[in-house]
Amino acid sequence: MDELDKKIINHLQSGFPICESPYQQVANELGISESQLLARLQTLLANGVLSRFGPLYHAEQMGGALTLAAVKAPTESFDEVAKIINAFPEVAHNYAREHELNMWFVIATEQPERLLEVIAEIEQQTGLQVYNMPKINEYFVGLKLEA
Amino acid sequence: MMDAIDQHIIQLTQTGLPLVSKPYHLIAEQLGISADEVMARMRTMQENGIIRRIGAVPNHYKLGYTFNGMTVWDVDDEMIDTLGRQVGALDFVSHCYHRPRHLPEWSYNLFAMVHGKTQESVDAEIAQIKVLLGEHCRAHTVLFSTRILKKTGLRIKG
Repeated sequence: MDELDKKIINHLQSGFPICESPYQQVANELGISESQLLARLQTLLANGVLSRFGPLYHAEQMGGALTLAAVKAPTESFDEVAKIINAFPEVAHNYAREHELNMWFVIATEQPERLLEVIAEIEQQTGLQVYNMPKINEYFVGLKLEA
Repeated sequence: MMDAIDQHIIQLTQTGLPLVSKPYHLIAEQLGISADEVMARMRTMQENGIIRRIGAVPNHYKLGYTFNGMTVWDVDDEMIDTLGRQVGALDFVSHCYHRPRHLPEWSYNLFAMVHGKTQESVDAEIAQIKVLLGEHCRAHTVLFSTRILKKTGLRIKG
């Protein structure tokens, strides 16, 4: 990753235009060519520096449901539990964390009633209790991480 | 508020925006509608919050932010909205939510994600939140992530 990559990452965290040639517009702002920008983005996505590029949708505003959930996965079956949980397309992210509750994941479903079904299925397949922690209030979502 | 065409736009873009010169035109072609309509619909979705933003989501670790802590706090219920907004306004907090307790095991009701490139920087951030919450906070802990097990973003079925 070089200075140009960092510039691109920092710039694109604050938004992206909706217009006929948006990459051209951003490239102009960065003082590079459109093809250069597209090539850099391709590489940053391919090597995982960017996990996504595009619209970030708001699950609840789309009529879906979202929750944060956690399990206490035994050390000896940790990877197996992760595999079961990750296999659900409704699980958007999953993180290992240092705590007795050592696996934390976000479940997003299109149909709100599906959320509790997914939790029940995870409990059944893993044999573990799922701690469901849906948000009661959202105070802030955002942040730019400077590259 | 959303119709079938919006749903299709979401399905075509939820894994990412096409990396081509005219991405909205490509989406329009795939849907058999005009690019102007795609752009108008996406602007509307952005205005009404269905699209939070369009942009890049970096992998924290790859940018050197190896200390990603989920800080959790047991805060007085009657103060949580006021304090939650203040914690959310700190420039190093990426997400801040009020979530339910699971007593007796889990007494924490305020969640704030913090990020840093060093342990020291994250410790300083946590100390700052602690000062802000003051006497309204009974206990707190920090759960550092050790591995990303999955990160795909939201998906709705096509």
